[in-house]
Amino acid sequence: MRAALARLIDWPFEALQRALGAARMPYVFVLPNLLVFGIFVVLPMLLNIWYATTSGAELMPGQRPFTGLANFAELLDCGNYLNVASCRQDRFWRSVDNTLWFVAFQVITMVVLSLITALVLNRKMALRGFFRAVFFYPVLLSPVVVALIWKWILQPDGVLNAILVANGGQRVPFLLDPSWSFFWTVVVSVWAHMGFYVLILLAGLQAIPPDLYEAAAMDGTPQWRVFWRITLPLLMPNMAVVLVLGLIRAVQAFDEIYVLTGGGPGTATQYIVQYIYETAFAGQVHIMGLAAAASMLVGGVLLVLTLLQLLASARAKQ
Amino acid sequence: MIRFLTRRRGNWTDWLSWGWMIFGTLAMFVPVLWLVLSSFKTQSALQEFPPSLWPTGQKQIVVTGYDKPLPVFTVPLPDGGTAERAMVRRIGIELQVIDPAVPDAPLRRVKLAEAVPVRELHFAIENYLEPLEKFSFGRYLSNSLIVTITATAITLLINAMCAFALSKYEFRGRNGIFIFIVSTLMIPITVILVPAFLVVTQLNLGNSLWGVILPPAATPTGVFLLRQYMLTIPDELMDAARMDHASEWRLFWRIVLPLAAPALAVLTIFSIVWRWNDFLWPLIVLNREDVFTLQLGLASFQGELQTQWHYLLAMTVVTLVPVSVVFAFLQKYITTGIASSGMK
Repeated sequence: MRAALARLIDWPFEALQRALGAARMPYVFVLPNLLVFGIFVVLPMLLNIWYATTSGAELMPGQRPFTGLANFAELLDCGNYLNVASCRQDRFWRSVDNTLWFVAFQVITMVVLSLITALVLNRKMALRGFFRAVFFYPVLLSPVVVALIWKWILQPDGVLNAILVANGGQRVPFLLDPSWSFFWTVVVSVWAHMGFYVLILLAGLQAIPPDLYEAAAMDGTPQWRVFWRITLPLLMPNMAVVLVLGLIRAVQAFDEIYVLTGGGPGTATQYIVQYIYETAFAGQVHIMGLAAAASMLVGGVLLVLTLLQLLASARAKQ
Repeated sequence: MIRFLTRRRGNWTDWLSWGWMIFGTLAMFVPVLWLVLSSFKTQSALQEFPPSLWPTGQKQIVVTGYDKPLPVFTVPLPDGGTAERAMVRRIGIELQVIDPAVPDAPLRRVKLAEAVPVRELHFAIENYLEPLEKFSFGRYLSNSLIVTITATAITLLINAMCAFALSKYEFRGRNGIFIFIVSTLMIPITVILVPAFLVVTQLNLGNSLWGVILPPAATPTGVFLLRQYMLTIPDELMDAARMDHASEWRLFWRIVLPLAAPALAVLTIFSIVWRWNDFLWPLIVLNREDVFTLQLGLASFQGELQTQWHYLLAMTVVTLVPVSVVFAFLQKYITTGIASSGMK
């Protein structure tokens, strides 16, 4: 039975080989992957340029009038760049503004906490494997699950408010207050992703030759000096990777936050990807052109960050 | 070295390390445990403030002569003591109660204010069972399973074929194809949302699970990971098989693929986690409720049924179980796999 099945799979490929010759078989092997890739990644990338330079609510590319850089001009049209309300697309700028704050807080918090955790995990302590896994567990959870776990904790009748009240505090409507809401999007996002960065930093720490530490211990160098002079400089390449990857991911924050706060209250936690998604798909009118232009701007930022990332990992390899 | 060995045991950095690890363990697991505990509470128990730690419910007892189990209260007795009695019915502010041990005795009347419900540990399994009947939860579950399994199978097959060609053959355009694939490693779906949606609808894949399965199947990470691994498989094995007139496909299917099992295992785990958790892309492709995946079902459910937390929590637990099982058994594989390849 199994042999018959195997022959059934073999047959078409062997027929192809007879028809094309063995030298052409590599092309047959790469074809399915390239086909999927070309249709669903490369073609859309090219089409995106067309969408960004045309306007209207039509989805079909042929029915969209060409407007040049009008979409970009509309996105960038501001009376005063320091005042979001003076922009024509104030929702865009508000989400850019929110995203910048979010990226700053999220990346810094995450890098610091990941570094501390990786340093501790690098020590010879009992249960090290267990603790390493612990920090990684939330990374595997789906964004929707992460959001619902925290929504349940943060809701007005939730356990966090119960703890506050039990300690003589006041109830706080965490997800209805703009500042708290922003705070929790940062916390939840760090909680969900830091395990991944801990692993990268830990790999870097474990690659530092132990004889450097032994030499330092021999000389009686104090711990903090060892950290500043040996650990941190040698960890720099991995730190750079973590920083840039963290930035790339933070700029694209969407899933957890969309389910946790829906961008609210108001637009307090509406970030750039949500703007793109809602402009193109969720509103009454689907403004594909603006969304495509905004996504190209985001793509430009990500491209710069990606080049930085390649540079950083090239240095990490050396 | 001597200094190192004679270092005082249990210095302050050790304490700090342990403190941080314990804090971390609590911070990572307690939110999830709270979700799991809460998911077993009844709807009324969920509305209590402050919430109780364990899922509790009012004790119920079967009394002969009554069809349904009766709720149990602690009521004051005429002699000044208290006893557990089952409530038969409620009239205004009074309860009519019966001694479960003496079902034939006449009913006693007790003031509602004086009766205290008896609580016991009670797992509300119905939170898990009812969504299967009341909502299309079973449907979402099967959609998610179909997407995860099919997509992982396709990803493994086409990525492995591509990696095989890139690692085992010299052909024109090989390096170009490889560089091209790797250079798109960082193109996020966010940047091509609008046109990718157009392509999918033009291919008639909108609102179809294939529209979710196919586009992310040609993962650059998978090709890269498998190619690096296949490069380490010696070519002599293939040459020997060629002597026996094995076709190129057989070399791939019978020789290289089995030997690449460790790398395939890592990619399988990743693909399962990616696909099971995928949200933004399905959100755009799938608009009809009957094709929703679990993640979409959950997200839309929490929008509609703000008050039905008892179902929502239970369904969230069901959603996190497969990933948690994968994690429990394969965490070593995953954590070392990520540390060495730097991918997620």
